[in-house]
Amino acid sequence: MDRFVTFTGVVCPLDRSNVDTDAIIPKQFLKSIKRTGFGPNLFDAWRYLDHGEPGMDNSRRPVNPEFVLNDPRYAGASILLARENFGCGSSREHAPWALADYGFKVIVAPSYADIFYNNSFKNGLLPIVLNAATVDALFDQAQGSEALTLTVDLDAQQIRGGDGGPIGFDIDPFRKHCLLEGLDDIGLTLQHVDDIRAYEAKRRVEAPWLFK
Amino acid sequence: MKAKTLYDKLWDAHVVREEADGTTLLYIDRHLVHEVTSPQAFEGLRLAGRPLWRRGANLATADHNVPTTDRSRGIADPVSKVQVDTLDQNCAEFDIVEFGMNDPRQGIVHVVGPEQGATLPGMTVVCGDSHTSTHGAVGALAHGIGTSEVEHVLATQCLIQKKSKAMLVVVDGTVGPGVTAKDIVLAIIGRIGTAGGTGYAIEFSGEAIRDLSIEGRMTVCNMAIEAGARAGFVAVDAKTIDYVRGRPFAPGPEHWDRAVAHWQTLHSDDGAEFDRVVVIPAAEIRPQVTWGTSPEMVVAVDGAVPDPAAESDPVKADGMRRALDYMGLHAGTPITEIRPDKVFIGSCTNSRIEDLRAAAAVAKGRKVAAGIRQALVVPGSGPVKAQAEREGLDRIFIDAGFEWREPGCSMCLAMNADRLEAGERCASTSNRNFEGRQGQGGRTHLVSPAMAAAAAVTGHFVDVRDL
Ligand code: SF4
Repeated sequence: MDRFVTFTGVVCPLDRSNVDTDAIIPKQFLKSIKRTGFGPNLFDAWRYLDHGEPGMDNSRRPVNPEFVLNDPRYAGASILLARENFGCGSSREHAPWALADYGFKVIVAPSYADIFYNNSFKNGLLPIVLNAATVDALFDQAQGSEALTLTVDLDAQQIRGGDGGPIGFDIDPFRKHCLLEGLDDIGLTLQHVDDIRAYEAKRRVEAPWLFK
Repeated sequence: MKAKTLYDKLWDAHVVREEADGTTLLYIDRHLVHEVTSPQAFEGLRLAGRPLWRRGANLATADHNVPTTDRSRGIADPVSKVQVDTLDQNCAEFDIVEFGMNDPRQGIVHVVGPEQGATLPGMTVVCGDSHTSTHGAVGALAHGIGTSEVEHVLATQCLIQKKSKAMLVVVDGTVGPGVTAKDIVLAIIGRIGTAGGTGYAIEFSGEAIRDLSIEGRMTVCNMAIEAGARAGFVAVDAKTIDYVRGRPFAPGPEHWDRAVAHWQTLHSDDGAEFDRVVVIPAAEIRPQVTWGTSPEMVVAVDGAVPDPAAESDPVKADGMRRALDYMGLHAGTPITEIRPDKVFIGSCTNSRIEDLRAAAAVAKGRKVAAGIRQALVVPGSGPVKAQAEREGLDRIFIDAGFEWREPGCSMCLAMNADRLEAGERCASTSNRNFEGRQGQGGRTHLVSPAMAAAAAVTGHFVDVRDL
């Protein structure tokens, strides 16, 4: 995973609560064998006017001009501003895969569904929790005539660039460490290669039939 | 020394390292792989340029998407075909042993593992599938994992885990004739609920569990996940050791005695403490039939569809009403008046040889009732199918009007062509009766193989003991 240090990007305001994983990436796309390539179908049912199926040429589909992702103001947005209980529904990892594949790096919301929150970190997405009033204020700014650009400083745990000065946020120290160092779970575990090898060596003696 | 539970013993033997907060790096002895949850994990390895940690720990088979009819022409559905082909390619690239679609050993991953001796007592076993709990029947610690974890195991042979709490479910005394492992586990879920096991690893014990064959214990452990527990297991006894002996992946003569000596320690010590103990008198368990859209919505076959109005918890009552609506049922209807349109005998819960024997014993000399549109028998694996054919079970089924199919998941989750149409009602030996599980709008009643066969030949649910 890439290291996450400071990050500056345009904010896309998705003004709905309880956005579920099926809305983030509809289930007909789950039969894919890849974890990349979900970006063009992120929010598919909201984003396009026709019904999406895997294998379609998305560039030729009619887009829904009303949907915020299609607003030219938010082109290239990489920070998603959302409402409460974002990511509820199934446990599949396709939802964070789709968001990351589209280009989002940060989500800001008052709350998240638990599994989605965990899965986000596993996939290098930073989900930030802010209180509802702060989120409201950010929505006001992001929905203004000019797009809002924010800088997320993970090390300082600060969001800068909004009207009201820097906004602090909380994050579990271990998760912060992993993102800063670019460690995914596998990377972390591989820091303990010697322990795994030592364990295996011992087990090969104790229970050799397991290593046929 | 402190008395240990079986769970403690299995867990402790696999700790690679433990952090102060209990986060543990747990070593995984066996990783089973199938086509649905593995492609992104292999892709992740490739993207990160990471090698496989230990190829011999992995065993793969295609099951969810494979057709159960003639396979000589391949898979018709292009999306299913891609998943199965991708598994073949990944296994070839990473040099993993795979039982491909046309291998005689192919089958449902949870049938194949124990059958091959690839899951052994004392192992940690994982697979990207929630019904991995099945393998606990041989005294293994086995549970399902997500795709990121599949990749994690491929790359490190470990999982990052926190230990669950320990629950002991004691099925006390003996069950009556005609009452099977499926009825036992449905009764357990009816008693503790689908969230009753959340946060726990369940050890199943008691005379009724010891009386079960290893296959029967697999049926019970298979549905531990439907009770909310990630893992379910049974202590090793002489039956376990007899079951394992001589299987292709089992220890050979050079290690056999040592392995057995170790396996014989795999039981909870006297005086071991559990966080929760549930005791169910076996004699009270009758053949079970689910009536709703959750496995806990279950009654005995001589009962009736329950009345939401009699439920004091308003949330539960509401759930019951929605379930009855979806299932097209009315409160008070006797279970024996419910008439399925289809019958499915199969799935990782009930597709082993003794399941097919039990169903065939009921089907023998009878005919599938006129009201049944389709009655499928789908063996769990190639070896199960071959064994059944040696015993002539296929003839019994075919003569009675059942279809005899090739092994796979089939109508358990309707990812291949076998499915229910909207509104169709099915007597099914699988494990999930969720909305749409067997096809959009399909209505599932979970039962044992004998009860499914009995419903097929009478056209309605019936107490198999009355037949
Ligand atoms: S038979 Fe059903 S429950 Fe079992 S692995 Fe296949 S789909 Fe899953």
